[in-house]
Amino acid sequence: MNASMTIIGGRKSKTVLEQTMKGIFIACGAFAIVAVLVITIYMIYSGAPAMFTIGLKDFLFGTEWAPTAADPKFGILPMILTSLVGTGITILAGVPIALMAAVFVSEVAHKRIAGVVKPAIELLAGIPSVVYGLLGMIILVPQISKLEMLLYANDPTHTFTGGANLLSGIIVLTIMILPTVVNISITSLKAVPQEYKEASLAMGATKMQTIFKVQIPAAKSGIITGIVLGIGRALGEAMAIILVSGNVANMPALFSSVRFLTTGIVSEMSYASGLHREALFSIGLVLFIFIMVINVVLNTLLKKEAAANEK
Amino acid sequence: MKKIITITALVLCMVFAAIGCSAPAAQESSAAPSESASVEASASDAAEATASASEEASGEALSGTVAMSGSTSMEQVANALKEAFMAKNPDVSVDVQLGGSSVGLQDAESGKSDIGNASRELKDEESAALDGHTIAIDGIAVIVHPSNAAKEITSEDLVKVYTGEVTNWKDLGGDDQPIVVIGREASSGTRGAFEELLGIEDQCKYAQELNETGAVKTAVSSTPAAIGYVSLEALDDTVTALKVDGAEATEEAIKAGDYPLSRPFIMATKKGETLRPEVQAFLDFVMGADGQAVVADNKLITVS
Repeated sequence: MNASMTIIGGRKSKTVLEQTMKGIFIACGAFAIVAVLVITIYMIYSGAPAMFTIGLKDFLFGTEWAPTAADPKFGILPMILTSLVGTGITILAGVPIALMAAVFVSEVAHKRIAGVVKPAIELLAGIPSVVYGLLGMIILVPQISKLEMLLYANDPTHTFTGGANLLSGIIVLTIMILPTVVNISITSLKAVPQEYKEASLAMGATKMQTIFKVQIPAAKSGIITGIVLGIGRALGEAMAIILVSGNVANMPALFSSVRFLTTGIVSEMSYASGLHREALFSIGLVLFIFIMVINVVLNTLLKKEAAANEK
Repeated sequence: MKKIITITALVLCMVFAAIGCSAPAAQESSAAPSESASVEASASDAAEATASASEEASGEALSGTVAMSGSTSMEQVANALKEAFMAKNPDVSVDVQLGGSSVGLQDAESGKSDIGNASRELKDEESAALDGHTIAIDGIAVIVHPSNAAKEITSEDLVKVYTGEVTNWKDLGGDDQPIVVIGREASSGTRGAFEELLGIEDQCKYAQELNETGAVKTAVSSTPAAIGYVSLEALDDTVTALKVDGAEATEEAIKAGDYPLSRPFIMATKKGETLRPEVQAFLDFVMGADGQAVVADNKLITVS
């Protein structure tokens, strides 16, 4: 059988192999596209009706979420803002750390140390998100609770969250996006041609000047790709933060119990019915649109940048 | 190179094999239900034959409809019982309508449905016309961290804690620390029952809304200042259950009627009427071992 399948075996078997492989590639490609299409259509089909039943304005800009009340309210503004603020702060805090870590591993660290640190960071990327959540709940939340007690000791109006709040969520998310951003940044820093570095050093620039003025700008597009993936991970994460952020649909504040768009869906899906259930699909649609918009906007920016660089 | 081609060939073989398999497999699986259905049907035919043989003396075979209506809190257990019963008696169809306890009891009284489901005790005028069968008891335990000095609470204080009126444990006999109020997500049955029993629907100010009993327990067991509630069946050593109005959260106290955070699940039928055999059979099933096993599966206290 092997003999008949080898390329040396003759023109006929070669053509058969070529054609079959082509067919398989087409099938795989089509499968991916069909999956994306089906998901998109289903999200719109199941998410859009409730949005209009509730009223687009009441849904997107309503500040109260009480789906099972006698007079139900379906306002998801607190969740939208929490997701945006949470992701924003996560990126602001996480990206500098990730970038410095990437610089450390690829440029500064001794080869042996880098040889230990890099696999460790890669390992972080493989840890299931629910594990981050559990560790956060058991280790981080009690510490944040102490901090909260300290800060709000004399504030009787504060609703104590026991450490399950936006701040805990952000810390867990920041740790979670690190490996994604670090790994991609390392790869793109390493891909910067050695000549750039040599030229810069030869002209009398210090090592740090070279890293920050030459190598990081040269690796920019790769680093931004890493950030985009980080945003995607932070915005789409549910399992880790459901355990540490309290899940009450409040407006975002560091020491308030908050509910993200993702956790809003996860926490109520199991028993929801009727309009409530449909509204959860609508939240999914909003989240889906957010992620799409962020991807499209950043990708277009990246392409423009790349085109400008080529000229 | 040769190796790669060998591997490719192997993969291809596997792919084709998989494709080849999947089609007949699909047919098989689509065929399976009808087959098993026919097996079931013949089994039930046989059962019916024996049943009718044995019941010919008493008159009727078991078929027809059992109509239930009432409490939304009982939706899950009612549907679970319906499925279990219909699996055994495929010719009887059980219909579960929702609309609230009072509506269900009215329906049972007017004959609109055979059974009225109520998730509360019957009022006097209702029990004058209806026979209530308590099929299960829903009990909720109020839990705190084991280190908490407070060991009991009154239901009035519980209302104050959950509506945000009382915010420090020192007002409840505990240490000076702010109360962290933990509860379940909006559509949870436990939350519905808890708020309904205390009369504080939609008024609770939660610090955390968790979507599982286990998550509530973990959060309470890791937060010294926390208070939470879980179904009685879920209690364990990681948390301490508070006495409520002086009664321990135990099945005995609930059955004795001392513990306030409990409610009966009642199936009521019209008084003074002989029930149709399928309705009687359904009630017998619910009160019997199999039905009570379903009740236990739904995290409720059994009555047998």
